[in-house]
Order: sequence, then structure tokens, then C-alpha cells
Amino acid sequence: MRYAIIIDIAKALLLARWRQTLVAAVGVTFSITMFITLLGFMHGLNDLLDGLILNRTPHIRLYNDVKANEIQPINRLFSNDYHFINSVKPDNAGQKIRNSGAILQALKNDSRVLGVAPKVSAQIFYNVGAINLTGVINGIDVDAEQKLFHFSDYVPKGNYTELKTVPNSIILGKAAADKMLTNIGDVIQVTTPDGERHALKVVGLFQSGLQDLDKVQSYASVSTTQKLLQQTEGFITDINVKLIDITLAPTIAKEYAHIFETDAEDIQTANAQFETGSDVRSIISYAVGITLLIVAGFGIYNILNMMIYEKMDSIAILKATGFSGKDVQYIFKTIALSIGIAGGIFGLIFGFLLSNVIDLVPFNTAALPTIKTFPVNYDIKFYVIGITFSIITTYFAGLFPSRKASKIDPVIIIRGK
Amino acid sequence: MSKIILEAKAISKSFHDPVTIPILKEVSFQITKGDFVSVIGKSGCGKSTLLYILSTMDTDYEGELFIDGAKMNGKKEQELAAVRNEKIGFVFQFHYLLNEFSVLKNIMLPAIKLGKYTLQEIEQHAMEKLRLLDMTDHALKSPNQLSGGQKQRVAIARALINNPLIIMGDEPTGNLDKKNSDVVFDIFKQLASEFQQTMLIVTHDNEFASRTNRIIEMQDGRIIS
Ligand SMILES: Nc1ncnc2c1ncn2[C@@H]1O[C@H](COP(=O)(O)OP(=O)(O)OP(=O)(O)O)[C@@H](O)[C@H]1O
Ligand SMILES: [Mg+2]
Repeated sequence: MRYAIIIDIAKALLLARWRQTLVAAVGVTFSITMFITLLGFMHGLNDLLDGLILNRTPHIRLYNDVKANEIQPINRLFSNDYHFINSVKPDNAGQKIRNSGAILQALKNDSRVLGVAPKVSAQIFYNVGAINLTGVINGIDVDAEQKLFHFSDYVPKGNYTELKTVPNSIILGKAAADKMLTNIGDVIQVTTPDGERHALKVVGLFQSGLQDLDKVQSYASVSTTQKLLQQTEGFITDINVKLIDITLAPTIAKEYAHIFETDAEDIQTANAQFETGSDVRSIISYAVGITLLIVAGFGIYNILNMMIYEKMDSIAILKATGFSGKDVQYIFKTIALSIGIAGGIFGLIFGFLLSNVIDLVPFNTAALPTIKTFPVNYDIKFYVIGITFSIITTYFAGLFPSRKASKIDPVIIIRGK
Repeated sequence: MSKIILEAKAISKSFHDPVTIPILKEVSFQITKGDFVSVIGKSGCGKSTLLYILSTMDTDYEGELFIDGAKMNGKKEQELAAVRNEKIGFVFQFHYLLNEFSVLKNIMLPAIKLGKYTLQEIEQHAMEKLRLLDMTDHALKSPNQLSGGQKQRVAIARALINNPLIIMGDEPTGNLDKKNSDVVFDIFKQLASEFQQTMLIVTHDNEFASRTNRIIEMQDGRIIS
């Protein structure tokens, strides 16, 4: 009952000044709306750009760089001296990961690993009439590639699963296919570096959004590629690893390089610049949202000051008849918080609606084949942060006026009459 | 021997604005249960100042104040508020009714704050007080729909709602014409005779004072009779 009466009085004061109260609440609503929309939109963009890079990039890539043998024959004779004679060239099996089967098994058993995708890449030539176009064929494990790197997002035409089912099939880069005047269902000729010629059936077109990539890259199953290269089943050139916790990539990469005796590259090293962009976009949206909220906070501060000034008499008699300074403080804090909460909740609703509107705005770009409208992120986190911010700012906006009200001396007011 | 309800022991107060001016000088007196006391004196002699100290709203003074046997000096703001809520009823020159609430709700507020009874009981008590003051018809009106005399009667009802030990008034008829003053005075008189309500009323009106049981006359911050 004690709090009921405080809420009662707060409500009466609010309603007596409902216009000003409304303006103050609309200020909060506006800022929360903008906050939610901005964060949703910015994070939508972040996700999109993250997706462009992160989804396609393995957290750790294991490979064998072609390099000269570190232990040259002469080292075996004079190990401590500097040698000018390096006679042994890199051998042919340079790119092959040795013991790939065992490594794959070990990775699958590692609890930090989300998934593993083996890959065989090789140079090939696409034969178009009399000309040869250079290309790179990637032999992939279709299921792993789909699960870890959303392969189907980049295959706008054709069915990517046919790589598994149709023998000697290939998914061709869209730009390359355009040059070769080929479409799905056609059979193309390719030549391997060893001079072997093969016929492959096009089952899909690949579009990454990066023209340079689409001119060159094509995909086939691991076994098809191994056959092209006349290699055995164990021939793997890359092992792509996705981790459960991406931040561990640099340490785990070092560990793998050591254990498996391969080269290992982590995503942070490969894409150092990219996180900075995401962070900057987040910071901007938070800064704008908080600035708007502070402005709204001043609105609440003003209306409370005005109310207190107008209601000096009421405050004085409340105190004379037994309400303590604390009670008076609670009354005005209640007013501030109800403006904040009501304004905030409407802000969340309008923010959600505005996000929906932005989500419907068409956004077509050749670089992003799967994106048709502006990207928006509806993470519940933003809504929680939004309402929390609105409560915190209104609380602080109400703190000083309500303290002032609690300190009003009824004697001074009553004497003044 | 009746119970002492309020006791002032050598209460002194000075304002320091900018030079120190003593306003109250060692004021001592007692009020026993059922007393109907008026305080008179020239304008500026310190009547209101004394009343605000006795009401516990002003805590900046020397000397000691006892209400209902308890010493008020050194109590916290919240404790003093509780004392005012439970034991003191106020009637000022101005009515101080809240226009946001109905007449009835205005009267109920101090009782809701006290929290001793349920809302229904409080409402019933408030209606009884209104009946006593012949104001039942106006219970649901807003205070700004009432005349000056009616407002003052509502203020008296509000002062009575928690059945206080003592009612303190600072020129409660000061804003009223002769007719309304008489009405208010009759109410006080009735409260004194019928309910043995203890009252301490500051007034300018010598006629009013002469009709009370006891007159305290002040001059230059001292009680002279
Ligand atoms: N805040 C203040 N600062 C300085 N002096 C004050 C202050 N309040 C009151 N006084 C002085 O204290 C004296 C007593 O004031 P008080 O209001 O108690 O007089 P009063 O007896 O109630 O007079 P009245 O009959 O006119 O109401 C006056 O001389 C007044 O000028
Ligand atoms: Mg006075």
C-alpha cells in the first residue's frame, strides 16, 4: 500500500501534465527507435560482410607450401657452416599433405573443432575452341563444404548436390561459363598440367561476387579431381578447419603446424583488417543511439524540474502530512522511470517496425547473389540493450530533480504563502 | 492530572541573515490532553516560527521538544515525518489541497500513508470526517470546485483523518471572511468539547482567541502570559 500510494501520486502528477510528459516520452521513443534500427541495420551489414569473408574462409587452413628442402645434402657433411651449394630442388609431391587420412581423423576427434573439409586444388585449363583459359579446380567434400562454408549460397544456378551423384561433373565459375558460352547440362573439355584431356559435365554455376574468382575457380568432387590428376585417394592439398571458438585460431594453428608438420594459416592472420570495420560500425551505432538517449534524458530532466517547480505546494503539504523526503524522491523517480519504460517499449516496437521496413527495401548487387533486400539483424540483444539504456538514462535524468524535490523545505514554502 | 501531550523546554531560535537576530528566546510551556490553546501576539513576534518548530518541520533550534513523551531532538527526517503523519494534524492559512485528487482522496492521503487501515476503512473514516464538517455532498468534487471556506473545511478533515494527538493551526481563519471564520471556529469548538481534541492555534483574531480555553501571548520571542 505504501508503494501503491506513491505510484498513485506519481500517476496523478503525470496525467496533470500529460502533454509535456508525452513529449518527453516521444523523445525516448524516437531515440530507442533509431538505436534499434541503426544497430539492426549496421549489424545486418556486418553479418553480410562477415558472411562474405568469414563463411568462406576456414578458421585454419592446413597446406604444404612448395619450398626447397631445408636439409640439403651438404648440410649432412658440414652442419655448422654456411653453404653456397643448394642442389636439391623442391620435389614434385610438394603440395600434397602427407598422411592426410590420419590428420583428418585426428582433427575430427579434436573437441575444439566444429568441422573439417578436405580439398584438392589444382591448375587446369578450360578448352574453348582453340584457346585455353587458365583455371583452378577445387575438389571438395560437398557435404562438409555445404555445412561449413554454405556452399549452396554461391551456386545460384543448378543443384550443387549433383557433384556427388553425377560422375565427372563440375560447377563452373559464372564468369568463365559466360566466356565459354556454356550452360548447365553442357559438357566442357579441360586439360590438366600433365596434358591429359578430360570431358566434364556442367551441373551448376558458381558466383562468389568477386569477378576475378568467378573467372577462374570451379568445383568438382574430391574423387573426380583426384582422377583428373591421376592421383590416389589419399591425395589432399588443403585441409580447411572450422573451430567452435574462432578466437582460438592463432594458437591452434601453431599447434597443428607443429603436430602435423604442415603449414597452417589462421583466419586472423589472413584477414587482419576485416574486424576493424565491423567494430567501427558497431561503435558508430552505439554512439548515435546513446547521444540521442542523452538528449531525450535532458527532455525528461526538464519536465521533472518543471513539475517540481509547479508542485512545490503539493510537495510541501505531502511532507507536512507525513511523507518523508524519500517518499517524495520515489514519486519523481517513478515519474521518470515510467516515462523511460513506456517511451522505451514504444521505441522497441517502432524500432522493430522500422527495421522491417528497411528489410523490405530492395538491394540488388551483382557482388552478392543471395541478397535481395537490405540486410537487418534482429538480435534480441539489441532490444535488451535498448530498453536497459532507456531505463538507465531516464533514471539518471530523474535522479537530480527528484533529489531536489526531496530536499524541499516545507517551512519555506508554507511561510511564503 | 491530564497527560502532557506536548512540551517545549527552553526553545530558542535565531536567524542568521546576515546578522544573527534572535527570534525565540527560551520558550517553555506544556500542553495537556484536551487543551484548546490559542497563541497570539504582534506580527513578527515569532508565532509561526514557534509553530513550525513544534510541528517538527523545523529542526534548526536550541532547546528540547517532547511530543507524546518522546524527545524529538536528534530524530531522523523519516522518523519525524512518521510522527507528523500519526500524531499531528495541520491546518494552515492556505488550504494546500492537491487539485489532481478528489476531495475525498485528499483527505485519505495521510491515512493511506499511515497504512493502518484498509482502503475501504480509510474511505469510510474520510466520509465520517466530511459528515462532521457537513461536506459529504462535495466528496467527489475536485478541490478547485469549492469555495474558500469549503476548502478550509476539507483541510480540517484531512488534519483529522489519522485522529491526531494534536491539531496545529497557523491562522486557519486568516484567509476567510467573518462568516466562514465563525464556521471554522465552531468546528474547532465542537472538536474540543465533543471529542476533547487537543489543539494549538496561532491567530491574529483576539475574538477567536478569547473563545479558547487558554491563551498564550507572545512578545519579542517570549511568552508573556
Ligand atoms: N527565513 C527567515 N530569515 C530571516 N528572518 C526571518 C525568516 N523567517 C522569519 N523571519 C523573521 O522572524 C520573525 C518572526 O517571524 P514569524 O513568521 O514567526 O512571525 P509571526 O509571529 O508569525 O508573524 P505574523 O503574525 O505576521 O505571521 C520575523 O521578524 C521575521 O522577519
Ligand atoms: Mg505567522
